[in-house]
Amino acid sequence: MGILDKEFSQSNIVITKTEDLFNWARLSSLWQVGFGLACCAIEMMATSASHYDFDRFGVIPRPSPRQSDVIIISGTVTLKMALRVKRLYEQMPDPKYVISMGSCANCGGPYWEHGYHVLKGVDRVIPVDVYVPGCPPRPEALLEGLLKLQEKIRNESLVRKSA
Amino acid sequence: MKTAEDIFKILKDKFGDAVLEFKNDKPVDPFIIVDPLEVDKICLFLHDDSDLLCDSLMNLSGVDDANGEKIKSATSGEHEISIINGGTLSVWYHIESTKLKHKVTLKTSTPREKPEVVTVTDVWKCAAWHEREAFDLYGIVFLNHPDLRRILMPYDWEFGFPLRKDYKNPEFYQGMKVPY
Repeated sequence: MGILDKEFSQSNIVITKTEDLFNWARLSSLWQVGFGLACCAIEMMATSASHYDFDRFGVIPRPSPRQSDVIIISGTVTLKMALRVKRLYEQMPDPKYVISMGSCANCGGPYWEHGYHVLKGVDRVIPVDVYVPGCPPRPEALLEGLLKLQEKIRNESLVRKSA
Repeated sequence: MKTAEDIFKILKDKFGDAVLEFKNDKPVDPFIIVDPLEVDKICLFLHDDSDLLCDSLMNLSGVDDANGEKIKSATSGEHEISIINGGTLSVWYHIESTKLKHKVTLKTSTPREKPEVVTVTDVWKCAAWHEREAFDLYGIVFLNHPDLRRILMPYDWEFGFPLRKDYKNPEFYQGMKVPY
């Protein structure tokens, strides 16, 4: 944020752009939908736990899509689940973001050829902001994915959505 | 404790023609082939008889034997689509007595065109979901089953039974593209 010189800091005044303020607020408290699909969800939970501590980036699981900002698709999306994932996404308020975690959610993963029941990439039903590769990705990889998403939000504009 | 052969002899004496054959081809576990329309009575006897006391159905699974006549109907892209005519679908029962410590495997085969097997849910409640799965993936109909719906695939899946050898996946489901 653009903070001006000392004379302002003495008087507790901060000058910034509305866009920057909004983006900073949004990227600093991304509440994720409390939702996991497969083995990637175990890594996602590990990321939330004390050792990797997702909360230091303002990410906490919220047990309702209506009060969430980001949904992490952590695992294999079956055709049956895809309809539910789409509904969850539609229930989230704008602005909303999607992290696709792991090979299954990215492209079908090991089920790409013979998985008669698997959606070959969650981006066939909802728009994805960040893809995190791995099978499953380590918590560090998911954290990097989150930082990429924060970077993306930091450069958003109020008048045009970047995604 | 009884061997599979002992159990076969007991069943053969009791049920006669409904118990078809005993197979003991090493290294496969021995198994008993039974009639698909009598399997419920045989299982009830295995469960209740004081010498057998088979109280646990460890597993129930379907198999596509793919022993019918294969007809190559068309080639789409790299894949050959073949249809299988005739032959059988099978259901396997892995049964154990936790009291007497013996195990027995039953097999029953049913024609592919009209696959019907009598349910064993009245003997072991846990069979209900196993049979739903066999129905879901192979289309084997379990007669007298209390709730024979799909269990894994979507309820409105209308493209057949995925684990049959001549199954062909659809291009689209509910507007979503299915192939890679």
